[in-house]
Amino acid sequence: MTSNEPSQDTEPSPDAGAAPVIAPALEMRGITKRYTGVTANDRIDLDLRPGEIHALLGENGAGKTTLMNVLYGLARPDEGTILLDGREVQIDGPSAAIDLGINMVHQHFMLIPVLTVAENIMLGDESMRGPVLLDERDAKRRIVELGKRFGFEIDPDAKVGSLSVGWQQRVEILKALYRNARILVLDEPTAVLTPQETEEIFAVLRRLAAEGHSILFISHKLYEVLEIADRITVIRRGRVVGSRRPRETSEDDLAELMVGRGVQLVVERGESTLGPVALRVEDLHVNDDRGQEAVRGVSLEIRAGEILGIAGVAGNGQDELVESIIGLRKPSAGRVLLEERAVTGRSPRQLNAAGVAFVPADRQRFGLVTSFSVSECLVLTDYFRRPYASGIFRNDRAIHATAKERVEEYDIRTPSVDTRSGTLSGGNQQKIIVAREFARQLKLLILDQPTRGLDVGSIEFIHRQVITKRNAGTAVLLVSAELDEVLELSDRIAVMFRGAIVAVLDGRTADKNEVGLLMATGGRDPAAAKQGSAA
Amino acid sequence: MTGKASVQNGASSPASRLSAAARRAWAIVAMPLISILLALVAGAFVMIVSLMLNGQPLDVGLVVRAYGALLEGSFGSTDAAVDSVVQSTPLILGGLAVGLAFKAGLFNIGAQGQFLLGALGAVAVGVALKGSPVPLAIAGALAAGSLAGALWGFIPGALKALSGAHEVVTTIMLNYIALGVVAWAVSGPLDTPVSLEPLTDDVGNAALPILIGRNGHAGIIVAFLAVAAVWWLLERTTIGFEIKTVGANPDAARYAGMHPRRMVALTMALAGALAGLAGTVVLLGVTRNMGVPYATTVGFDSIAVALLARSNPVGIVFSALLFGAMRAGAPLMSLRTNVPDQLIDVIQATILLFLVANVVIRRVLRLRGVEGSLGGTATITKSYGGEVTVR
Repeated sequence: MTSNEPSQDTEPSPDAGAAPVIAPALEMRGITKRYTGVTANDRIDLDLRPGEIHALLGENGAGKTTLMNVLYGLARPDEGTILLDGREVQIDGPSAAIDLGINMVHQHFMLIPVLTVAENIMLGDESMRGPVLLDERDAKRRIVELGKRFGFEIDPDAKVGSLSVGWQQRVEILKALYRNARILVLDEPTAVLTPQETEEIFAVLRRLAAEGHSILFISHKLYEVLEIADRITVIRRGRVVGSRRPRETSEDDLAELMVGRGVQLVVERGESTLGPVALRVEDLHVNDDRGQEAVRGVSLEIRAGEILGIAGVAGNGQDELVESIIGLRKPSAGRVLLEERAVTGRSPRQLNAAGVAFVPADRQRFGLVTSFSVSECLVLTDYFRRPYASGIFRNDRAIHATAKERVEEYDIRTPSVDTRSGTLSGGNQQKIIVAREFARQLKLLILDQPTRGLDVGSIEFIHRQVITKRNAGTAVLLVSAELDEVLELSDRIAVMFRGAIVAVLDGRTADKNEVGLLMATGGRDPAAAKQGSAA
Repeated sequence: MTGKASVQNGASSPASRLSAAARRAWAIVAMPLISILLALVAGAFVMIVSLMLNGQPLDVGLVVRAYGALLEGSFGSTDAAVDSVVQSTPLILGGLAVGLAFKAGLFNIGAQGQFLLGALGAVAVGVALKGSPVPLAIAGALAAGSLAGALWGFIPGALKALSGAHEVVTTIMLNYIALGVVAWAVSGPLDTPVSLEPLTDDVGNAALPILIGRNGHAGIIVAFLAVAAVWWLLERTTIGFEIKTVGANPDAARYAGMHPRRMVALTMALAGALAGLAGTVVLLGVTRNMGVPYATTVGFDSIAVALLARSNPVGIVFSALLFGAMRAGAPLMSLRTNVPDQLIDVIQATILLFLVANVVIRRVLRLRGVEGSLGGTATITKSYGGEVTVR
């Protein structure tokens, strides 16, 4: 498929069921944006009809964000034009975009937690009474009305910080609607939501579309796109590589378009023989940075050759649990045993030497030093050991030799081993960490969000490596906010809710909705989950 | 494309490798050079404006004459060049002291105090060993000076490691305490009865030998050895790797099993030793005794030196030479053209201003592929006692 005729399969011409020919609300024609050495967008054509949900699908680095920045006025295209209702427009910045009715809901919410819903929504577009006084009453009335129109009741006086993530997202959407947005761009809107919350947001989006709003939905989750979109446009390496309607395509088809080759979405797990208990955690209590108890009496065990997945909405104590097992955080009570020997409170280095490996959730914070070279990052935990050093003397030759091996073995795409790790893509950065942590004999492997933000190809690669380790007899603790990942990889699934494990399920038989509900409610009161605002 | 193929791509033809190296060098050097040029322009502007403010006729030639005299004063003769080197010597050591701390994510404003303590340690031991054999006396005084500086650096390092007290605050306070300590020692235990003013004895045999010219003392050798040592420490040892990791990313350092707090204390002690050596070479090579006040701005100028060189040990040599040469040339400039010495301070400060404003400058001049970061400023707000990061 060549990029020169990207629109060829955009229009399956005799399509009786679809809307008749309506002028597109938004049309981007031949958008090209070059950065030094890279063409981020290469003659991209994209149109959005009134009342349509159009999904933009692509891996990280495919050029989705650049395209959206062009649309939002944050980047000026080198070539190409943008048309609104058939008229060419110049978008010089976000305020110009907002004036034209284009609004963006960012992946990371742009909300101020200490302000109320109404205050957040008014911010930057305040209703005034006279020159100095805010007219909050009018704003609140409009907010409540808007919410009702799209199927949810929101308390305009609730502090945003007290709302669940799903409700914060609704606030973001309300903010856009409040500014009379006709075109709504959602950047990875479901990344932080539970399956239930995702369904609820989808319902809101459908309602918006039914009212004539146009929605551009950016995602890399295939099943979601299939569920919500009227049309799906796939871009790869800055070019439109195809356009599909959900009923004409499948996850495999989309994945292939996205990656450019066939991809095995679900990695074959194979057989593994269970050994003795490798990790035992007994009644562990851990405080978070603010001194609040984040882990409240967690007990679990993992046997050699087994993957225990921990499912849970981010922020339910998973990070603190993992950090205390790995020695980065002192537990306030409880015990951690590695092969039945107590290792509670040991330092990261001692645990590393004992055969524990850790892939941290925040790779740029813990896993890498972005200003260091690939080779230095590959020895970050081993730099003091032979052959990389003798005494205090570094042995750069050995470091380089090992780095070259690892780069090849783990398919790390880098110009050289001396390249700064921060300049690589997220997938390749993660591969550096995986290469470093996996390339030795392990007893216990701890993975915290191992594929967050990665492209399909890298996810497949990392999943394979994890399975290989498990089948070789390593105990694996997998923490992930991606429920699908937990379901795919785990032999057993523990659901974590408010610092405690509320259920342990068999990985082969666990049902996605059941786990999702447990994640959202802790298995207590399902009705409570519907009420987004936590009191 | 496989990983293998892409690795080999890195090593293409020698010509393209050379141009890549040149581009890389330009990326690093461009911002400092541009800042220096702009600062000289700003200095010229200051001269012209002060003429106008004094109601004197506009004289563009003054700028040429002043900068000409500055250049002649710093490199116009052997004596001038030697004096430039002498002025640069403590700046190299002080620049290393600030730069090494930057590498560990620490902002060592205390080079001034460490310098004073170093000089004090050197004079104390130097006077005591003034009759000993020359090598012994010099070695003893050098060791004492660097140890005293190390102690003065270790205090804020340890305070930060133990309690999270921010080194910017503690080192500034220690600068003042150092002034007090020096005043007490020089007017008390180290005071010589020979002079009415508070003044120590001469260091005698501990004085650094003059190698060339009027005053070209051996301190420059100490400085170059220190440059080599710091470079070697940072690039060739595991300790340097730990220092750089702690500085670039303390969380990753902890994860990798390093001890950020220990490294903070150690690095500050090493930085203190370097600044202490700066004080030592000035004392043993130039003043040879210590009075009150012991006037110096080396500790503060060192911050500028390190920032301009982005904490690179080799770069520090060049930036120290620049600032040292300007200091050495300033007297001739003010003699010839009546432009006061303080113009040097203006230029030095403006260089820093332009470096800090690198984002703006790169945009205005449309510079691409030029590195702008100061290699240190991001660390200023970092602290263990709760992050106060402004970025």
